[in-house]
Amino acid sequence: MRDVAVVGFAQRQMREFVGSPNCVELLVPILGELWEQTGLAKSDIGFWCSGSSDYLAGRSFSFVTAIDALGAVPPVSESHVEMDAAWALYEGWLKIQTGEADSSLVYGFGKASASPVRRTLALQLDPYTVTPLWPDTVSIAALQARLGLDQGVWTENDLAEVAARSRTSAVGNDNAVRQGETSVEDVLAQPKFSDPLRRWDCAPVTDGAAGMIIVATDSPLYERVKGRSATITGFAHNTDASSLGLRDLLRSPSAAAAARAAGADGSTTYDVAELHAPFSHQELILRRELALGEGTTINPSGGALAANGMFCAGLARIGEAASRIWSGEARTALAHATSGPALQQNLVCVLEGAA
Amino acid sequence: MAKTLAAVIGVGQTHYRAKREDVSMPGLLREAIDRALEDAGMTLADIDAIVVGKAPDLFEGVMMPELFLAESIGAVGKPLLRVHTAGSVGGSTAIVAASLVQSGVHKKVLTVAFEKQSESNAMWALSVPVPFTMPVHAGAGGYFAPHVRAYIRRSGAPGDVGAMVAAKDRQNALKNPYAHLHNEGTTVETVLASQMLWDPVRYDETCPSSDGACALVIAAEDVVDSRGIESPAWIHGQAMRSEPLAYSERDQVNPQAGRDAAAYLWKQVGITNPLEEIDCAEIYVPFSWFEPMWMENLGFADEGGGWKLTASGATALDGKLPVNMSGGVLSSNPIGASGMIRFGEAALQVRGLAGEHQVDGARRALGHAYGGGSQFFSMWVVGSEKPA
Repeated sequence: MRDVAVVGFAQRQMREFVGSPNCVELLVPILGELWEQTGLAKSDIGFWCSGSSDYLAGRSFSFVTAIDALGAVPPVSESHVEMDAAWALYEGWLKIQTGEADSSLVYGFGKASASPVRRTLALQLDPYTVTPLWPDTVSIAALQARLGLDQGVWTENDLAEVAARSRTSAVGNDNAVRQGETSVEDVLAQPKFSDPLRRWDCAPVTDGAAGMIIVATDSPLYERVKGRSATITGFAHNTDASSLGLRDLLRSPSAAAAARAAGADGSTTYDVAELHAPFSHQELILRRELALGEGTTINPSGGALAANGMFCAGLARIGEAASRIWSGEARTALAHATSGPALQQNLVCVLEGAA
Repeated sequence: MAKTLAAVIGVGQTHYRAKREDVSMPGLLREAIDRALEDAGMTLADIDAIVVGKAPDLFEGVMMPELFLAESIGAVGKPLLRVHTAGSVGGSTAIVAASLVQSGVHKKVLTVAFEKQSESNAMWALSVPVPFTMPVHAGAGGYFAPHVRAYIRRSGAPGDVGAMVAAKDRQNALKNPYAHLHNEGTTVETVLASQMLWDPVRYDETCPSSDGACALVIAAEDVVDSRGIESPAWIHGQAMRSEPLAYSERDQVNPQAGRDAAAYLWKQVGITNPLEEIDCAEIYVPFSWFEPMWMENLGFADEGGGWKLTASGATALDGKLPVNMSGGVLSSNPIGASGMIRFGEAALQVRGLAGEHQVDGARRALGHAYGGGSQFFSMWVVGSEKPA
């Protein structure tokens, strides 16, 4: 495999983006920031890939207008996944591995405030047998959390610890929709939102967009941008069944499989892990599946409980992890993205700074 | 770093119909997948990763349907990607699947593209009004008819060239058991006599709305060699290019993204004269006139000369460059799958497995797809021999 490094990352996450019917206008300043960070220009990018969802935008081809943000000519070598942009990054990384490109710019965007997103996401379920019941995302997560409580896998206190730590870590994060110095007692004093979950256990509805540039370290381009670099040392993803009744909701075999395939087998203690856990108990599942121990700082950004831009929160986890390496706070980091109901699909990206 | 050589070793298609009420979405996909696996001499257990492609989710009313399909298509415990690049998606999906092998990440990849358009109404799913964006109105035909009129004006083409394309493709479809339309007796005259829908596009010059799926198995060179695969279709080169829907100097009749993609593809494959060096082509022609338009865009003819190729019979099954031997998009159009059908039919031709619509001695074939407002292009060249 070619060594590929994350050299630029920019994002905007907010409670409500009122500037546009979608997030395309958000992409323009993000791209501007990426050019400024890296010193690269449009002509330096070998491959472009984005992640977004038509259903979130309430229309067909929501990604088509996004091309406008890239500039008109020349036409670009470009693709799109109907997934979180973390998977767009995977496609960009693949393209570099084939040797057809030396660099890739990926982006994702989602305006969740435009619809009742927890209900919209019910359209991801089996259309013949499950969607007609309209089980929404928060209720499914609550069932999952309840199962763990009933089986003694976690306690309400464990969930509150995750929520309190996430809110506290998010203090000072300009992209955090939710933040504040918070104790476990503060969390437990909150009313239930979807029993047993409290509002702070659930990711906030977020409008967001994020972009990232990756470059092969063996290409001349890399010499031009070597100011900031976090090398991808492992990158993989995997899938579980969708059917909620046919899988153990307390486990996420696909997260564990993705970690193994990315070389994260539990033998390394990463300095930082950024986990895409939209619900506090899901962080507990992921920490177990990804074999993360005490020595790893979890979600220094506040994670998805602070901001959860649809279709870009996974990419943002990778960006946040890379940022910690750039700043010198971490030398090794594991980033994770999820998609689908109750952690169905999972991606792991392992990053490393210079030795 | 050298790219791993990859080949198509399995192609599977469903029968394309207006309404496949006999199968659910999972059933439709499995029909194509099982045929592709059987063709490749494999089972799902052999497959390392799966790539799903389809056009807008509004067509079926399911958000990211690959999630609920994961079990039925055998993706549990495997990496699963979902591509969506508008009408070009079937082609782009095949290219993403190929890159999984070419990158050296996987050895055996299954890719499947589908659309079950009878679940909704595609024309209106495409016509959702979007604030601050030029409306598509009554579906793709209304959108593309002005491009066709501009082409006729610019090229001075006789008015019946579109009908020639439609008659040819509908005749070719009679030789393809999977084709949706089997309209016996279609001639230039009957096409010209059919109802005008979006001037100058007549009813018989328009693609149908189909349910269907197409699947490919793509494998690395060492797998092909060690398994003794007899008729692989080697992937010689591939290209994708995109451009915005609207910008001031944009040529919507002969878009730069298509020209750039073709130029890059021919260069990659070492082709200097595509008309002489490509044996046959499956190109994305949803409205008859797009055959001459794409002939020019792809470099098979000079600007203004595409219609002369069609009118001379060069694109007929026994012509110099047979185009859409399977009957093309004009005879079957499950939108999300249509690009992959082009890519798969190109592979069948160089494998010598295209049955009654086989072009004798086809050794190098083009598969092509486009999407959006003629903005997204994907194409590949496959060959019976390993690339030089």
